[in-house]
Amino acid sequence: MSEHNELLVDVRNLKKHFTKGRDVWGRTTDVLKAVDGVSFQIKRGETFGLVGESGSGKSTVGRCLLRLYDYTSGEVHYDGHDLSALGERELKPYRRRIQSIFQDPYSSLNPGMNVLELIGEPMDIHGLQRGEERKEFVASLLERVGLKREHLYRFPHEFSGGQRQRISIARALSVRPDFVVCDEPISALDVSVQAQVINMLEDLQSEFGLTYLFIAHDLSMVRHISDRIGVMYGGRLVEVAPSDELYDNPLHPYTKALLSSIPVPDPHVVSERVEWVREPGSVIPDLREVSPGHFVAME
Amino acid sequence: MAERLLSVENLKVSFFTAGGENQAVRGVSFHIDAGETVGIVGESGSGKSVTAKALMALTPPPGKMVAGDIKFRGESVSRLSDKDWRKIRGNQIAMVFQDPMTALNPVQKIGKQMVEVIRRHRGLNQTAALSEAIEMLRQVGITEPERRVNQYPHEFSGGMRQRVMIAMALSCQPELLIADEPTTALDVTIQAQILELLGRLKERSNTSIALITHDLGVVAQVCTRVIVMYGGMVMEEGTVEDIFYRPKHPYTKGLLRSLPKRESGFKERLVPIEGTPPNLLDPPPGCPFMERCPHAMETCAALPKVTEVSPSHRYMCWLAEGAEEARVQ
Ligand SMILES: Nc1ncnc2c1ncn2[C@@H]1O[C@H](COP(=O)(O)OP(=O)(O)OP(=O)(O)O)[C@@H](O)[C@H]1O
Ligand SMILES: Nc1ncnc2c1ncn2[C@@H]1O[C@H](COP(=O)(O)OP(=O)(O)O)[C@@H](O)[C@H]1O
Ligand code: SF4
Ligand SMILES: [Mg+2]
Ligand SMILES: [Mg+2]
Repeated sequence: MSEHNELLVDVRNLKKHFTKGRDVWGRTTDVLKAVDGVSFQIKRGETFGLVGESGSGKSTVGRCLLRLYDYTSGEVHYDGHDLSALGERELKPYRRRIQSIFQDPYSSLNPGMNVLELIGEPMDIHGLQRGEERKEFVASLLERVGLKREHLYRFPHEFSGGQRQRISIARALSVRPDFVVCDEPISALDVSVQAQVINMLEDLQSEFGLTYLFIAHDLSMVRHISDRIGVMYGGRLVEVAPSDELYDNPLHPYTKALLSSIPVPDPHVVSERVEWVREPGSVIPDLREVSPGHFVAME
Repeated sequence: MAERLLSVENLKVSFFTAGGENQAVRGVSFHIDAGETVGIVGESGSGKSVTAKALMALTPPPGKMVAGDIKFRGESVSRLSDKDWRKIRGNQIAMVFQDPMTALNPVQKIGKQMVEVIRRHRGLNQTAALSEAIEMLRQVGITEPERRVNQYPHEFSGGMRQRVMIAMALSCQPELLIADEPTTALDVTIQAQILELLGRLKERSNTSIALITHDLGVVAQVCTRVIVMYGGMVMEEGTVEDIFYRPKHPYTKGLLRSLPKRESGFKERLVPIEGTPPNLLDPPPGCPFMERCPHAMETCAALPKVTEVSPSHRYMCWLAEGAEEARVQ
């Protein structure tokens, strides 16, 4: 793999708190700290994996990067610009450059639109090619994601889950982004089809020089696709390291618990499971670099 | 020889929909012995859940079991009345479904629901049933069960609800537990707890488990035998060692090959199975895997024979005939 040196995404102490309860005067009484002080960097051309238990804040981080949420505090710098400081108008070019693919290939595509319209929709928003020129471009994109020109006028229900995910990918790529937030893009797919989609994401990455944030539950796939991985727990990052380093030498007890829970597809390999329960009320400290590129949140 | 608990012969289930006959299960045969944990694997739509529901006589309309026979302890149960089935369900055969929310009553406290089930199936009195419910919740890893029994399902997380379902199923001490993707929606750490729980259950009782999953890791870790389904049929069946170390069917081999390797240091390209599963509204008459099989040949347009590799291991593929194998490998 090439060296990734140029910083593309720089997340600084990001917080996103949701209001859970209000008193009779409408004052906030109860907050849910979905993301509570997260910092990490992604270099251009790199894939950064994000793993952690359900509710740990992975998708919320992704949605903040896409500015689908306004964050409570913190900064997201993209290609040197502080997005948190920008209004909707100044954000528009970044809304083209940063695209997303979501988990559910069933609900994320409008059932009333055909493939050409679906893929054309983001192109409309950003005023890209129209008419014949667009049709040709979309057809070539379809072929690029393993679908066919004949599929241009078909509707989502005529496709399998894996094919719908290819349509979502083509849709995201239609506006030539440089960064794609992939939120569990393969979780709803069959094992045999997951590998098809992962290979395709890797090919597209090297062809178009894409940078990925890859959020996932499946720890073996995350290891396969990511250059570096961040482990989230309770709205905080507890460990960040290059993929192999994280799997070979996990340091945080939660990372160890997580990795030891992966069922190994070999009947003769029995993994020693370690458990970890966070002490109630304990605070997760900030990340600290313990060896080059390996960060852990431990005293 | 272990006792034959369940045997399924040539099971066929179809859904008669506006679009035509959806042949979800097209002639499935297998058996489960006392004490076994049998994994049923395959892609989504391969007929796993439909098979599981048919075993409990719970096929929803417009679905119908159109052929086959199911025997429980040697007795045919395919044609029992609803009344007789109610005695078997829960008592002898219990099921844990893919979606735990649909199976729990949202407006009744967890404890009350469990007590009802335990009293119905085990004839315990209220007090004994409640302490049994609390004990079962503790065993499935729910902390403070004394407090939890007074809560409603929506106060439990998805993983906890699934554990409640398992606790309920186990509290009836069934002879066969059918678990349909019981951990698919859960975090790996909670999945690991539940799989350990199922493992401990085996040590204490002779309950057989049919575990439906598409996670080959789960199968390798907890099952003794595996049934591989595709397109409504059984492609291969064997012990976990047969399936993981000596797979014969191209579909089984493809599934295993598509998993990412665990070694570090270099990134190997994944090897997917190209293509998509067949449409069961108009299934191909021959091998269901033909469209995606790298070894497909003309003969495959006819339904392959089942070949026995050893008493525990069989598969359905024309390659077993030998003639073509040399050419394609
Ligand atoms: N729009 C919202 N309003 C209120 N709470 C929210 C909202 N979105 C997320 N949350 C809460 O924030 C926390 C983090 O959620 P998030 O979706 O980021 O988790 P996740 O790590 O992506 O989990 P999963 O693996 O289940 O997708 C959860 O407690 C969730 O319930
Ligand atoms: N209630 C239903 N009505 C119509 N078709 C159904 C129904 N339930 C299942 N099917 C069909 O039966 C086939 C097998 O489904 P299922 O057993 O649920 O697969 P899986 O192996 O993923 O559990 C699929 O083609 C599915 O569409
Ligand atoms: S019967 Fe033919 S198509 Fe089917 S798995 Fe065997 S070789 Fe492949
Ligand atoms: Mg999420
Ligand atoms: Mg199913």
